Amino acid sequence: MEQPLLELKDICYSYHSLEGETAALSHISFQIQKGEFTAIVGPSGCGKSTLLSIIAGLIAPESGEIVFHAGGMPDAEQAQSCTPAPFFPRIGYMLQHDHLFEWRTIYQNVILGLEINHMLTPERKERVMQLLKDYDLYKFRDKKPGELSGGMKQRAALIRTLVLEPEILLLDEPFSALDYQTRLSVSSDICSIIRSTGKTALLITHDLSEAISLAGRILVLSRRPATVKCDIPVRLTLPENSPLASRNAPEFKDYFNLLWKEISDENHRQPEFSGTI
Amino acid sequence: MKTTDSLSFQEQYERACLRRRRMIIFARTLLLVFFLLLWEGSTRLGYVDSFFFSSPSQVILCFAGMVKDLSFFTNTGITLLETIASFLLVLVISMVSATFLWCSRKCSEILEPYLVVLNSLPKSALAPLFIVWLGTGINTIIVAGISVAVFGSVINLYTGFRQVDEEKIKLIYTLGGNKRDAFFKVVLPGSVPTILSNMKVNIGLALVGVIIGEFLAARRGLGYLIIYGSQVFKLNMVITSIIILCVIAMGLYEGIQMLERCYQKKL
Repeated sequence: MEQPLLELKDICYSYHSLEGETAALSHISFQIQKGEFTAIVGPSGCGKSTLLSIIAGLIAPESGEIVFHAGGMPDAEQAQSCTPAPFFPRIGYMLQHDHLFEWRTIYQNVILGLEINHMLTPERKERVMQLLKDYDLYKFRDKKPGELSGGMKQRAALIRTLVLEPEILLLDEPFSALDYQTRLSVSSDICSIIRSTGKTALLITHDLSEAISLAGRILVLSRRPATVKCDIPVRLTLPENSPLASRNAPEFKDYFNLLWKEISDENHRQPEFSGTI
Repeated sequence: MKTTDSLSFQEQYERACLRRRRMIIFARTLLLVFFLLLWEGSTRLGYVDSFFFSSPSQVILCFAGMVKDLSFFTNTGITLLETIASFLLVLVISMVSATFLWCSRKCSEILEPYLVVLNSLPKSALAPLFIVWLGTGINTIIVAGISVAVFGSVINLYTGFRQVDEEKIKLIYTLGGNKRDAFFKVVLPGSVPTILSNMKVNIGLALVGVIIGEFLAARRGLGYLIIYGSQVFKLNMVITSIIILCVIAMGLYEGIQMLERCYQKKL
């Protein structure tokens, strides 16, 4: 058995306020293999984003631990387990909105991460230019974000994440702010980019068909406090493996119904909790 | 000349805009001319006493006299200098304080009531204290100018800093940045519009403070001319000084407006 890249062990987390404690995550454990594209779905407000923030090291779990195994990673010297903090730049995090800064050009926005980490070397600048060319943004590098379409902005945000060469990409509903058509094409673009570079990705979404068409594996979280309810590997039989085409796969409907049932069960369980979201 | 029919809708619209702008400028000028004529006329015809109310012609004469004996330059210069000095100091002090408050949530909570009290206190009440502490002179006046503007400025800037989107700050952390990066990459550039509008308020308030200071503790400056003129019943001098003040206030405000326009153009 290959060592997983990321391992969550018994993660618990609660939000505290003077009104009381709200348990968000309860004993979450799962593993992610290198190169895997995993989607996490669950009822809204169940703590999906909290989970990503914990994996990214932005907040510390109340109990449990996150272990990164460097097995199979190119850097041998980093072949040791440690908490996410020292590893931090190796995790890319894409937020719901692009958050490109209006006072910077697209190019300046894209190099923000490099700037912060003092990694602005000529080779890396070269790579940024290459990425901008690859994703059709080169012409727009000196434009302000306001002049770009939603899909282009989201691609720019992806480049901003990718230039830091993360090993794991965390995607927190990165397409939810886009309109439906843009969303289909951008999610398909971004998914192809991630697959072609062989990145490990963890996608949060509330869109079940998006999860099925993009991911190779789907984790369903329960209502708050969230636990891993089930772990569904997605196997679609397809002539070509593109996210858009996968919506036509014969199994697509079955997966959808399965997920729908799991989520609906969650929504009907414990009705006394319905007011807490 | 094209007739209205031959114009496209866009041209018609452009013409309407131009006509509207011209009309506004014309009405503005007309209002000023009407006021000046009314003023001059009513003093000449003896409806009001020009000894108390002065008149445009007397103001012009007085102004010419002030230019001639150079008192215009010394007094206006000193007021301008004091105003700009206190404005710049307010800018520096309030930026530094607001940054400090942003960095430490705890400190800002501790200091909040004090800031609110100092902000709502009528600052002219402090001026006599400044005179006792600092004597009469340019220092007192600059301090008076600062005292009027600084507390409100700190509160405004701090509120502006706080209103920056939390998600944008989270983005900096996800890219591996720290609080310092969050401040310099997000909070500061994101607050430029707040800072500029705050500067517009401050320049006016600094002028108010400087004039109060000059009323109480100066031998030169427009505030001094106003208070001195009223004491010796040289009302021409008072009104001329007030008009010069109007022009200065407008000029300073325009200056910052220009800065703002530069920033918007850059964006």
